[in-house]
Amino acid sequence: MTPVLELRGIDKSFGPVQVLHDVAFSVYPGEVTALVGDNGAGKSTLVKCVGGIHPIDSGEYLFDGKPVQIHSPRDAADLGIEIVYQDLALCDNLDIVQNMFLGREHRRGIVLDEDTMEEMAARTLESLSVRTVKSIRQHVASLSGGQRQTVAIAKAVLWNSKVVILDEPTAALGVAQTAQVLELVRRLADQGLAVVLISHNMNDVFAVSDRIAALYLGRMAAQVKTAEVTHAQVVELITSGRSGDLGLTNGVTV
Amino acid sequence: MSATISPARKAEAPSISANVRGYAERVRGGDMGALPAVFGLVVLCTVFAVLRPSFLTAGNFANLLTQGAAVTVIAMGLVFVLLLGEIDLSAGFASGVCASILAILLTNQGLPWYVAVGAAILAGVVIGATLGSIVTKLGIPSFVVTLAAFLAFQGLVLLLIKGGTIIAIRDETILAVANKNLPPALGWGLLVAGVVAYAGLQLLRARKRAVRGLASDPISLIAVRVGALALLGGLAVYFLNVERSRNAAVVSLAGVPIVVPVIVVLLLIWTFVLRRTAFGRHLYAVGGNAEAARRAGINVDRMKISAFVICSSMAAVGGIIAASRASSVDPNTGGSNVLLYAVGAAVIGGTSLFGGKGRVLDAILGGTVVAVIENGMGLMGYSSGVKFMVTGSVLLLAAGVDALSRKRAAATGLR
Repeated sequence: MTPVLELRGIDKSFGPVQVLHDVAFSVYPGEVTALVGDNGAGKSTLVKCVGGIHPIDSGEYLFDGKPVQIHSPRDAADLGIEIVYQDLALCDNLDIVQNMFLGREHRRGIVLDEDTMEEMAARTLESLSVRTVKSIRQHVASLSGGQRQTVAIAKAVLWNSKVVILDEPTAALGVAQTAQVLELVRRLADQGLAVVLISHNMNDVFAVSDRIAALYLGRMAAQVKTAEVTHAQVVELITSGRSGDLGLTNGVTV
Repeated sequence: MSATISPARKAEAPSISANVRGYAERVRGGDMGALPAVFGLVVLCTVFAVLRPSFLTAGNFANLLTQGAAVTVIAMGLVFVLLLGEIDLSAGFASGVCASILAILLTNQGLPWYVAVGAAILAGVVIGATLGSIVTKLGIPSFVVTLAAFLAFQGLVLLLIKGGTIIAIRDETILAVANKNLPPALGWGLLVAGVVAYAGLQLLRARKRAVRGLASDPISLIAVRVGALALLGGLAVYFLNVERSRNAAVVSLAGVPIVVPVIVVLLLIWTFVLRRTAFGRHLYAVGGNAEAARRAGINVDRMKISAFVICSSMAAVGGIIAASRASSVDPNTGGSNVLLYAVGAAVIGGTSLFGGKGRVLDAILGGTVVAVIENGMGLMGYSSGVKFMVTGSVLLLAAGVDALSRKRAAATGLR
């Protein structure tokens, strides 16, 4: 299987600080790839490079096997890469439909085509089996944390996206809501999307992911199949960059 | 994820009682909207009508509308800036600058009225673009930028009209705006056309949504809305069509003041922009969460600059109306309490000072409240000092209602 998104030898520095060293990262369609790593390992930077927010210094960026140039968030969005940030980026004073189409409204002439947008939003939420919202015309302010996360994810999949990157989607959620969001994450992958899940929570990672990519101090320590590793091995990869045969030796991937 | 929205539930038309209940819930939850302004208006009008019967005469009603028109129009523009959580303190004197330009071109240069009006509005656009650019590109808080502009424009008005002179306006068209009335028949005609168009649009929209299986407003609710519009509009037109002249044989004074349809047209245009276009949607988004708007690909700086442009252009229109009403422009046009009344009008109407919430209609409601206080207390013979203090208290009350309703809404999770 070819990865839908593949990065090779990515370097990224902010001034004198090199944050990413020779990072390789692959994401496959129909799978959930968990991106793990300790604070400061470079997860957010890597995701922002993927999303076009930070330009990469050097390295290859392949999409569907073809090299591409990403200069802005627009470029990434045009390829079908959507990022759901931790702070959700929803407008409290707008309703669910308005938020889902924000910046990409359908219009007829200069008039907003509310009916089409409402239909599409309802269909998307239905396809994700989202059934917790009372009305898709309610303001986002009135939603719970889990519902807001759901809206943010639905917004990302509305655009025939191929890769959806979720930055700590369960960090602020309770137990039941976490289960709901993880269920949704799994369903996205089952629909054929490539999902990247950034998480600190090993239970979440093992619950939904197919692959695990572990970053350690700006280097990719290992990319493994979830089924082939144990909980303890992943923790070791995160904390020391290696675990037995896996991981970095003197800073180089074996 | 166990509760369901079945397709059937989606198509179900919410009944009128469900609508009323939803509204009551929103109000309880802190989303008061225009309720305080409407309530205040009813109380004020009742009190003044009881204490001073002359308050309720047709002549005073028409007078009140033209009195408050300039402030109301400026407040309509301010709504756009307030929506983004910014403020424009210079709107009053911006209207003065634009009115001065209008007067100079009309009276001193003898140019036709449309050139003068165009130039005045263009001046508003330039002022707004400048203020907006300084706020966004330099990152100076709008409060400071527009405070500086407030002082500078005050000086500019003085320079433009050469010290303390007064420039009289003699152009018939400009004078007509705030001083002439529509023929009574035309007033009725416009009202009927407006009500029919409103009813037609509402029904058409409800039908289109029903055909697509989307939740639509029930006919009964539409009927109530159209009925209310027809009733209020009918009362207003009837009242304004009563002969107000003491000597009708010499000069007839009857009909809707021309400035009223002008304001209604502005209301329709800006409401359409805010509610039906992507631009309006983006304005609300920037006011609600600028970062989210930026990530959605909205150019936040451009939205802010446009809001300032709209605000200053509307100030220019307000200046033209003020010039028309006074039949002249002097160094005080747009000065003294104009700006404060305009900000007050927007906030009293229900526009949030915290951004993200507000309608152009709010400015009109608030503007009417301010005009009623000014007019009613004038009739009661109170001095300016008392009027200022009462208006100030009402503004504080309105801002307090806004802040408290936000708190309440945060507590109930509605905002």
